[in-house]
Amino acid sequence: MNNEEDAISQEFEALAAQDTEAKYILKLYVAGLSPKSKRAIHNIKEICETHLKERYELQVIDLYQNPTLAKGEQIIAVPTLVKKLPHPLRKIIGDMSDEEKLLIGLDLQPQAD
Amino acid sequence: MEEKRKEVGLEILEKSPTGIKGLDDITGGGLPQARPTLLCGSAGSGKTLMALEFLVRGAVLFNEPGVYMAFEETEQELIRNVASLGFDLKKLIAEKKLTIDYVHIERSEIEETGEHDLEGLFIRINQAIDQVGAKRVVLDTLEALFSGFSNTGILRAELRRLFRWLKNKGVTAIITGERGESALTRHGLEEYVSDCVILLEHVERNHIYTRRLRIVKYRGSKHETNDFPFLIDDDGISILPITSLTLDHGVSNERISSGVAALDEMLGGAGFYRGSSILISGTAGTGKTSLCGHMAEAACRRGEKVLYLSFEESSKQIMRNLGSIGLHLEQWQKKGLLQFHAERVSIYGLEAHLTSMHKLIDAFKPAVVILDPINAYLSNDDELEAKTMIVRLIDYIKSNYITGFFTNLTAGASVEETTDMKISSLMDCWLLLRDIEENGERNRGLYVLKSRGIANSNQIREFLITAQGVELKEVYLGSTGILTGSSREVQELLDQEEEMRLEEKIKQLELVLERKQKAIQTQIELSEMQMKSDEIEIKDKIDALKRQHKRIDLKRQVAQTSRTKKGA
Repeated sequence: MNNEEDAISQEFEALAAQDTEAKYILKLYVAGLSPKSKRAIHNIKEICETHLKERYELQVIDLYQNPTLAKGEQIIAVPTLVKKLPHPLRKIIGDMSDEEKLLIGLDLQPQAD
Repeated sequence: MEEKRKEVGLEILEKSPTGIKGLDDITGGGLPQARPTLLCGSAGSGKTLMALEFLVRGAVLFNEPGVYMAFEETEQELIRNVASLGFDLKKLIAEKKLTIDYVHIERSEIEETGEHDLEGLFIRINQAIDQVGAKRVVLDTLEALFSGFSNTGILRAELRRLFRWLKNKGVTAIITGERGESALTRHGLEEYVSDCVILLEHVERNHIYTRRLRIVKYRGSKHETNDFPFLIDDDGISILPITSLTLDHGVSNERISSGVAALDEMLGGAGFYRGSSILISGTAGTGKTSLCGHMAEAACRRGEKVLYLSFEESSKQIMRNLGSIGLHLEQWQKKGLLQFHAERVSIYGLEAHLTSMHKLIDAFKPAVVILDPINAYLSNDDELEAKTMIVRLIDYIKSNYITGFFTNLTAGASVEETTDMKISSLMDCWLLLRDIEENGERNRGLYVLKSRGIANSNQIREFLITAQGVELKEVYLGSTGILTGSSREVQELLDQEEEMRLEEKIKQLELVLERKQKAIQTQIELSEMQMKSDEIEIKDKIDALKRQHKRIDLKRQVAQTSRTKKGA
């Protein structure tokens, strides 16, 4: 029993360690090139470059051109950033101007316990 | 209606018919076209169902495809929930007459990081509208947004924009909202929707819950302001009244038999008017149901359909009892001309009951409807409500040219007429059956209390229930007043005896006369005979004398001859 539990916790720790290096797949949904959209694109790119250099994929999608995606991705507000990976799935809405909240949403919050 | 408006040339609010039974009547044609309507009510009051029925009816009846934006239930859940009401959403979706978009809002998944708007939702609604060419949109319920987004400032601004946008889109929309404690909706949606607000409620009265609907506001249109009960059953929603209260139904000059010849005789010799409302009131056991039986029998015999609604007896019991007086209704039931429907009023609320009756009438299309007894409603605590219900029912029956036959069980002899006053004014013809008590007997009497447009008899008739059905007898008018029952029979017997006595006397006298005539005749004959014999006798005498005379003459001649010979 004890051995088994130890094995699981070891595996978990290994995975967690790996996670900090995990690749981010992000999708930013916007509605046209409004100032809000532009701000959002600018802000998320900056964050990604700062915190996730070399390990992120960011796709910007204009819902006006792909309206069916709004239903499939359950988009209500725009801009919405969808963090597909790593889990859990999270939606971050707004122009990404609140950096602290954005980092929390991306599980990249600074270790400020 | 439409044409009339066009003739006048005024631009009157166009309406989008809902196709929901009764709702179009009380809104004067439907919801405001190309505008949003707020449908609010507490949980379980039927908002989702009504909104969905609006789309289903729109797609099926008016060829107006619809979009359902579901914020609380998934597509599968919705499809399953309304399948029991006969709405086949899957089929409508396959036919591109309906599209459902489940809008999932999960607060825990959302992080707000600055300025945003709800354009995503707009795009989704727009996409759904374009997908089916929708004319109708339901948003059920937008309030879910308030749980998903913390920035209510943005949310409110976006809601305002949404309603404006929907108007520009030219879609007729229903927005549902949860009833708030002090306001119509919890989040004050009513402040955005100014055209039409409908409130649904679930009200308890006498331990019976009824759903009620009220039009709180309808800008630019007349509408009914009362609370209307409504019902959700196998066919969706029905709101009473199915017809609004008007007095412009057509009338018929055709007369129909009551099934009792003597009663027809009392009603100007031809019976009731077709399409009239007839009330028969009387105390217990005065023969109301028997009269109904005759009416049903007569109508079926004419080949007309009869709907018999019984609230106190089962159909089998009624048929058995009527069979004992020679009315065999089973044959008509088998032929499909007679439909029984027996049910206690107390099982449902009044409204539910009446709605189900409306449906029965709609489905069966009878020429005669019999309600036995109508006071099953009046026993309800709320008499005013019961009366309005009956008015609505009578009105409905009348507007469909159906002859209504209602019985009313009354309590005591003196109370009965006042009790009936409550509904008698609605009736065209009122028959009163009453007990006539005398000499330790109870007998039945029938009057025609009123009968609009018919020269009716003013007399009371004795009402007999025999093995051959109902019979009406002329009552005996004696020196002490009317006589019924055995007193009438005794009197009739006495009369008969007297008659017989007189007849015998006449016969006796006739015999005496005959005898006298005979005696005289004989005398005459005797005298004649005497006279004849006398005549013969006298004639003989005359002959003898004549012969004598001749002899004398002869003698004289002989003598003369001899004398001359001597002389010569």
